[in-house]
Amino acid sequence: MRLISAYLVGLIFGLGISISGMGNPAKVVNFFDFAGQWDPSLAFVMAGALFVTFLGYRWVLPRPKPLQSDRFYIPASRIIDSRLLGGAIVFGIGWGISGFCPGGAIPVTGTLNQDVLIFMASLLAGVIAVRLVQKRRQTKTARQPV
Amino acid sequence: MPAATDIPEGLLFLPQPQVPAMATEFTPWVSLAGGLLIGAASVLLMLFHGRILGATGILSGVLFPSGAQDWAWRVMIILGMVSAPVVFLLFSGQFPDIRSVVTVPWQIAGGFLVGVGVTVGSGCTSGHGVCGMARLSPRSIAATLTFMLATAITVYIMRHVAGG
Repeated sequence: MRLISAYLVGLIFGLGISISGMGNPAKVVNFFDFAGQWDPSLAFVMAGALFVTFLGYRWVLPRPKPLQSDRFYIPASRIIDSRLLGGAIVFGIGWGISGFCPGGAIPVTGTLNQDVLIFMASLLAGVIAVRLVQKRRQTKTARQPV
Repeated sequence: MPAATDIPEGLLFLPQPQVPAMATEFTPWVSLAGGLLIGAASVLLMLFHGRILGATGILSGVLFPSGAQDWAWRVMIILGMVSAPVVFLLFSGQFPDIRSVVTVPWQIAGGFLVGVGVTVGSGCTSGHGVCGMARLSPRSIAATLTFMLATAITVYIMRHVAGG
């Protein structure tokens, strides 16, 4: 049952992306192109998603626990540091170049469109590269004498 | 304005990295409907699994699993996402519209930067922009404002400064 609900959540999310235009780089980039071909559609995607999630979380999070899990996994950190903002800047530059973000690209990978596949392969390379560097640093720090 | 076919592909330092800008149709209602579905998916994942629906986090957990049980639900979400365009095709008769805005070398560069950025910054548009903003997380609000600004500046440079 856990796996069925997870699949359906992914399907609903993917349909939302497919319908809204978040998986179409031309539309995404035009949203940010205030000085050119401005298309405000994505503001409606964000507004709709935020409206439902804001109200929904207020209903779900006071519950003792999720229906199919032991507890709510909510990030506890409240620190705004250079890693968070630096990562956000690098992500923004990449998003501005390609027009794909991870949540927009993963669902439309199902179309086997060549540009999405190239983007996804490069995205995975970026994720793996950072994780390997982070892992290496961790083992290095662990080995260092205190 | 040159036609899209005039742009050679496969070169890294192109004077014109982008294919010419094309107008897209303003679609407030379907975009709002899509947004409501994205929100519904985020609420349902929290209700059933107690998890944030962030594409970055879910994908990262598939690549670097912390256990078989934790891996399985993440894979199912990805499978659900990837099968969505097929369901979309069954209802509408066509795949969702995808038009690339860059040449292949720039697509590779953009994808790599997105992969690095979301991993270092622990989130993207879905995790920080929707789920984090909805629970008023100061980290997510700061991250979302930062990447939105960086994206807008990048698009301006790509479209109106560098060759566009």
